[in-house]
Amino acid sequence: MDNELKKRNEAYNKYVKAKIPKTKAWPSLFNSFIVGGIICCLGQGINDLILYWFPNMAQQTAWAYTLIVLIFLASFLTGIGVYDKIGKFAGGGSIVPITGFSNSITSSALEFKHEGIIYGICVKMFTIAGPVIVTGVVASIAVGIIYLFI
Amino acid sequence: MYYLWVFLIGGFICMLGQVLIIYTNITSARILVTFVIIGVLLQAFNIFDPISSVARAGINVPIIGFGASLAKGAMSAVKAKGLLGAFTGGLEATAGGIAAAVVFAFIFSLIFKSKTKN
Repeated sequence: MDNELKKRNEAYNKYVKAKIPKTKAWPSLFNSFIVGGIICCLGQGINDLILYWFPNMAQQTAWAYTLIVLIFLASFLTGIGVYDKIGKFAGGGSIVPITGFSNSITSSALEFKHEGIIYGICVKMFTIAGPVIVTGVVASIAVGIIYLFI
Repeated sequence: MYYLWVFLIGGFICMLGQVLIIYTNITSARILVTFVIIGVLLQAFNIFDPISSVARAGINVPIIGFGASLAKGAMSAVKAKGLLGAFTGGLEATAGGIAAAVVFAFIFSLIFKSKTKN
């Protein structure tokens, strides 16, 4: 009986392994490199434009505006379904930039829209971004407190 | 000319994310968390700014920059306000990004329909 169960589990695991989509390593690395690089260059371009229009702006403020513009673009592209297509092609290249953070919030909100505005959109938008904000805040408070004593 | 550095360094960081995906099969939430913590650590040891002066958007646009500004906000607020700064600084520095992501996600999810299920 136990043996039979073991055999069945093994067969099932083999089946699952065969069904998991395999990402071809080298092309996907190349794609993520190119797309990630392009998104960063786009950010640099926006930053340079902002500083060109408002030469007196502090660099830190200009970065904040740059990120907001990128977040807006990624959120919009997610809404019209384009960002997911980029993501399929680029993998890590679309997740690691701040646009991936924005995409994770908008796509979770969209996916659970049918559960209503409060329990769908508002609750579920943080399924991926929540851990990011929580760990970031905890780590930054830890750094701040350590910094206080040195 | 510095766009070359932006492209190379930004691309390299994103490729590291893809390496994590291929060899550990981790989810995108874990990737984002990993890179935020890397950013916090880079800023805590004061090596983010030297890299940022060369890489510019190449390191500020990846989520590493988000982690670094969390830590940078906490550190500079501690200098100004003491212990309270450790609690207020991080979110204050990143409030623009978080609020923008939340409000745009809210608006666009009201306007558009999910494309994944059809």
